[in-house]
Amino acid sequence: MIGEETNNVKPDLGYKIVRKEELAPNIKLFEIKAPWVAKKAAPGQFIILRVNETGERVPLTIANFNRDAGTVTIIAQEVGYTTKQLGQLREGDAVLDFVGPLGQPSELPESGTVVCIGGGIGIAPIYPQVKALSEQGINVITIVGSRSAEQLILTKDLEELSSKFYVATDDGSQGYKGFVTDILQELLNSGTNVDRVIAIGPIVMMKAVTAITQPRNIPTTVSLNSLMVDGTGMCGACRVTIGGENKFACIDGPEFDAFQVDFDEQLQRQDFYRDPEMKAMAQSHCHIGDTSERGDPRVR
Amino acid sequence: MSGKDREEMPLLDPEERVKEFGEVALGYDEKKALTEAERCLNCKDPLCMQGCPVDVDIPEFIAKITEGDYDQAAQILKQKNNLPAICGRVCPQEGQCEKHCVLAKKGEPVAIGSLERFVGDYRLEHGKEPERTRELKGQQVAIVGSGPAGLTCAADLARMGYRVTIFEAFHKPGGVLMYGIPEFRLPKKIVQDEIEYVKSLGVEIRLNTVVGKTVTVDELLDEHGHGAVFISTGAGLPYFLDIPGENLKGVYSANEFLTRVNLMKAYKFPEHATPLFVGNTVAVVGGGNVAMDSARTARRMGAQKVYLVYRRSKEEMPARKEEIERAEEEGVDFRLLTNPVAIHGTDEDWVKGVELVQMELGAPDESGRSRPQPVEGSNFTLDIDTMVIAIGQGPNPLIPRSTEDLKVTKRGNIVVENDKGETDKEAVFAGGDVVTGAATVIEAMGAGKQAAQSIDEFLTSKH
Repeated sequence: MIGEETNNVKPDLGYKIVRKEELAPNIKLFEIKAPWVAKKAAPGQFIILRVNETGERVPLTIANFNRDAGTVTIIAQEVGYTTKQLGQLREGDAVLDFVGPLGQPSELPESGTVVCIGGGIGIAPIYPQVKALSEQGINVITIVGSRSAEQLILTKDLEELSSKFYVATDDGSQGYKGFVTDILQELLNSGTNVDRVIAIGPIVMMKAVTAITQPRNIPTTVSLNSLMVDGTGMCGACRVTIGGENKFACIDGPEFDAFQVDFDEQLQRQDFYRDPEMKAMAQSHCHIGDTSERGDPRVR
Repeated sequence: MSGKDREEMPLLDPEERVKEFGEVALGYDEKKALTEAERCLNCKDPLCMQGCPVDVDIPEFIAKITEGDYDQAAQILKQKNNLPAICGRVCPQEGQCEKHCVLAKKGEPVAIGSLERFVGDYRLEHGKEPERTRELKGQQVAIVGSGPAGLTCAADLARMGYRVTIFEAFHKPGGVLMYGIPEFRLPKKIVQDEIEYVKSLGVEIRLNTVVGKTVTVDELLDEHGHGAVFISTGAGLPYFLDIPGENLKGVYSANEFLTRVNLMKAYKFPEHATPLFVGNTVAVVGGGNVAMDSARTARRMGAQKVYLVYRRSKEEMPARKEEIERAEEEGVDFRLLTNPVAIHGTDEDWVKGVELVQMELGAPDESGRSRPQPVEGSNFTLDIDTMVIAIGQGPNPLIPRSTEDLKVTKRGNIVVENDKGETDKEAVFAGGDVVTGAATVIEAMGAGKQAAQSIDEFLTSKH
């Protein structure tokens, strides 16, 4: 897969995968040796990686980090070209490029009750926040959801860190049959006092959560996984309208005040490279795997 | 001798070249180089040098070409300019050295840029790598960003014996030379070869390191043992028009558009995994070199029609004349004295048209150029499916945000106290676009050179 313009200016032999685990079908965890990144990583931030010389730069939210071991953990769902490419690597292999930590760290509350909601692969980035909050002694209620039981990840760890833990699946194969928002609604209706909500998942989910919290004026944070190239404020691909102003998710976010986010715009923008022309192009030329979702930003 | 016409730079045929990304200007062969070099009068008081931001000894290196001693010519160039194969291609010589050439008074100036390129290329192909510096000094210097300013500063400091590390955010060094300037104008192999030369001087390049995020300027000084830091992070933050519809799909900043193609090689998709959607009809907004690069790139990516939308007239365009000519040759349709007021989209939020207003030129503004004013009621819409906004870039905010006592202007440019590149923070220097705003490769190199001097003085005075 190495392109012809392989060049000898390489990072220090790439970044080694020290642990790989399959958490669910097509959802894989990679613990990657990157001491400089690990030293600075904080909940809410992300990294950008490139598997090999011809690879695309892909943003992935940091799911965990270990400063002593100098490692950063990411969890990727194989939805597009790069995540599939990544999935084929084994323990001991390396990714060519790994840069971070990028974006602003989460501004976590210091007191009160926080509801953390993770949907689908969004459960991975909610984990470090639940962990950090619980370590600070904050009362954390966690709600996770996915299509069905087999796609749920990190439930055991999250349950241990949370005062209350709920699961929702679309098909009812585990926990409540329905959406995470049903559980949130129920909690609020039953009089649970909630000071803050953090929601990470598909845009429709984050939008639905906001539709519940905004009328009740419960401060809500969402994390946007926009399209990105450089992740340092250079390309502007990740622009998002926040309170009527253009912001870059990579340097101003990725977390934003949910009440200010133009979710509909984000919904459209994430389809940029999934539109028919692009699909056709990818399918007619490509020889590696299924690329119909190539460029899908929702890789985390 | 001087009565002769200037040797023309051979170019690829426009119809052929828009089908691919190969270099357009083919360079002189030996015969052409010799003929052109012989036009130089070798003036006693060479005016050309006044126009060179890095003080290249121009008549000297040209004289060596006439003697056929290309190695020597290369050495003379390299003493002042670490990146001649690059500068020979992208420097705006017509406004610098060639502008001052005596021959320009009556006819055409010596093609100094083309000769520089000839020698630079000769050295890349045949040259020996330089000897490592004799005596290494103990002190380390950190350079932030591996664009023209950073590479120049690094090379000069390494020659003085400092241990130099460049920190680069991207996965490849070169900055704007890699992500911004297209292959057909500056082949990436040339860039990497020139960088190899800088590395051969002992400069280390640490890729994938975002200063301001991965490590801060203060940490470089306090924890990593660097005696000084030079900030040369360029102008990487794209400006947008701030008009309705700018976030529609199919609307790009020039930075994104060009980075996908140049650095990520989207023109080799799907062999290279990064895609770029370019439709049939593209509007590029802006009148600088970046706008020309974007328009010409759009043609090569398959666009049948490319409009260039600029709010003033051709005379005011900041782009090099030769870049404007190349774009015209390649069929770019210039819509001068027009300005976008809104971008219209389809039901699925794809761009489908750009609404423009006619402009007329009024009295000159601060920049000395006529101020364009909209003509009321003159709005019209161009049907397009892709749009590229190339109206300029500002400095990246990551370092100012993470470095408390660094003074910046309202626009975010780092303030330097004097032309030596000293910031008001001890041991921190800055130069290039991050200080001046978007300018040229050679001006950035000049700033890098100046900063290397200042850093040497600073570190010497400390010990």
